[in-house]
Amino acid sequence: MIVAALAFYLFSIVAIIAALNVIFQKNPVHSVLWLILTFFNAAGLFVLLGAEFVAMILVVVYVGAVAVLFLFVVMMLDINITMMREGFIKYLPVGALVGGILFVELAIVFGSWAMSPQSEALRSAPVPEGISNTEALGNILYTQYFYLFQGAGIVLLVAMVGSIVLTLRRRPGVRKQDISVQNNRRVQDTLEVVKVPVGKGLAS
Amino acid sequence: MTALPALSLVLPEVLLTVGAMALLMIGVFKKKDSTSLLTGLAVLLMVAAGASLVLDPPAAGTAFGGLFVVNEFTSFAKLMTLLGAGIALVMINSWAHTEGIARFELPIVVVFATLGMLMMISANDFIALYVGLELQSLSLYVLAAFHRNNLRATEAGVKYFVLGALASGLLLYGSSLVYGFGGTTSFAGLATAMASAEAGNVGVIIGIVFVIAGLAFKVSAVPFHMWTPDVYEGAPTPITAFFSVAPKIAALSLFLSVLMGPFAPMVAEWRQVIVLIAALSMAWGAIAAINQRNIKRLMAYSSIGHVGYALVGLAAASTEGARGVMFYLFIYLFMNLGTFACILAMRVKGRAVEAIDDLSGMSKSNPGIAMALAILMFSMAGIPPMAGFLAKFYVFMAAVNANLVPLAVFGLLASAVGAFYYLRLIKIMYFDAPRDAFDKPDFSTRMVMAASASLMIVYFIVPADLVSEAASAAQALTGR
Repeated sequence: MIVAALAFYLFSIVAIIAALNVIFQKNPVHSVLWLILTFFNAAGLFVLLGAEFVAMILVVVYVGAVAVLFLFVVMMLDINITMMREGFIKYLPVGALVGGILFVELAIVFGSWAMSPQSEALRSAPVPEGISNTEALGNILYTQYFYLFQGAGIVLLVAMVGSIVLTLRRRPGVRKQDISVQNNRRVQDTLEVVKVPVGKGLAS
Repeated sequence: MTALPALSLVLPEVLLTVGAMALLMIGVFKKKDSTSLLTGLAVLLMVAAGASLVLDPPAAGTAFGGLFVVNEFTSFAKLMTLLGAGIALVMINSWAHTEGIARFELPIVVVFATLGMLMMISANDFIALYVGLELQSLSLYVLAAFHRNNLRATEAGVKYFVLGALASGLLLYGSSLVYGFGGTTSFAGLATAMASAEAGNVGVIIGIVFVIAGLAFKVSAVPFHMWTPDVYEGAPTPITAFFSVAPKIAALSLFLSVLMGPFAPMVAEWRQVIVLIAALSMAWGAIAAINQRNIKRLMAYSSIGHVGYALVGLAAASTEGARGVMFYLFIYLFMNLGTFACILAMRVKGRAVEAIDDLSGMSKSNPGIAMALAILMFSMAGIPPMAGFLAKFYVFMAAVNANLVPLAVFGLLASAVGAFYYLRLIKIMYFDAPRDAFDKPDFSTRMVMAASASLMIVYFIVPADLVSEAASAAQALTGR
């Protein structure tokens, strides 16, 4: 158990430090890199909870796709840091006020938090006996929630069709590589051997 | 093979899904512009889906483990949605060709939006509700911005998207609170949990209020209407016509089935909210429309007002009220489609115009269109002998019978104010100096105009069939 506890504290502390660094880094590229570290540690926490499928999805989707996409976008955008820092002092009082109110509200909520007695029993996720949780998820996703799964699939299809409709522009006159045309070209089509008589040139 | 009976319940949805994907394939692989062909096929799909509901009405029941419900209420609502979408699709096609934005994805996105609406209507679970709602909304955002080289259309799309996403967030937050209360997202389970709940559980009431807010956003009821005028004005006209009928019918049916299904035991709590937004919608729809100069903006406020009247029936929270809402929606469907057909006909020398002043003296230059529009406007104002009067009559009667007399009186006053701007349109058409004549509209537009104007009179004279249909739908909803 001591190993699990140590791993928990390790992952949590690194995750918190990395998350703070996401906010406090001056360079947005560094922020994204810290974000990736946060995701990895959150995945570690999920493994400790016994939710290895969610952990792997977190790494594959968030680190593998989303964070890399972020990185690309951040690198392509020309963000001027000094411009963004302008007016920091000006907005500080308002920001501090809003943040302070939120903090007080959170404190009130947690101060009066009452746990329902039944919730303790429900806390541990019901994992069926004898199968991994990936299998358990698959079992309900393709049976009980089949309709929703298909519905979500169609939502994604519409998202794809929609983004293509709204952004794809066909520009005429763009040269593209067409391999079959290239391969079908023969010497006779492109080259012509011309005998040039001496002293007369090609002009006539 | 126990799965097959359940699939027969979802036949319309399966038709639309498989059909839309097939259309997508045809569109991608066909070299020529195939918008007209695909529109024809899409309309056929909707006709087929509607026919499957009419000719072989599915037995009431649930499918997919209780996520999906079918009964007379859902069939009636689906039929109205399919009618609205199909007719709008025909108008979209002819318009897209004249405006030069005909692309084959247009009918396909409309079909997917319609599919989302059918899924909303049949939702029997909060997750199913959300998936359907999101499918519908996402398609509608794309449609609003479809004319992507037009600045106002893209603005409409972005506005609709941002505010729609906010509404979805509200709805999800509300349903998570309701889930936290009931421990289930299924409507049947929630109804049981609510019935046995002690009165005044704050968490679930806040949840219901958020769900109502999210749904009110989708039907554009005041105070969640801000997006409506801008989106209606910016979106291409026939797409506005589509927006103003099919999604409203689907979202209002969803409103009915959520509030009168799982939340029925909490009627005392949610009724005050509905009364408030119904009253505000009726008032704002009447007052804000007075100063409008653009006919599409005017129609936006008019639709806000109509949603208010329909919500009066919901506030009654009775079978009679639900019947009133279903009748109202049916009349509203044809009233709006007809009016938008008239707006589509507003073309001077090939250029679309949409200012109210352009209607000036239309009775001389285009007597047919003026006649149709006048009938529709009388119906919108709720003046007999038009079906719009009966529609208002049924919802107000339901409200009176549910002891909501102040709301009914308020609605009458609001409709008197609203009558002002509807009648002003008629005055402009019939008594002002004529301007440039409009071009002759194409066949389908004229058909829609003529058919909806005549339905307004037909359903005033012989409403019995429609009323009994609406009544049996309402009975299926409330179980009484």
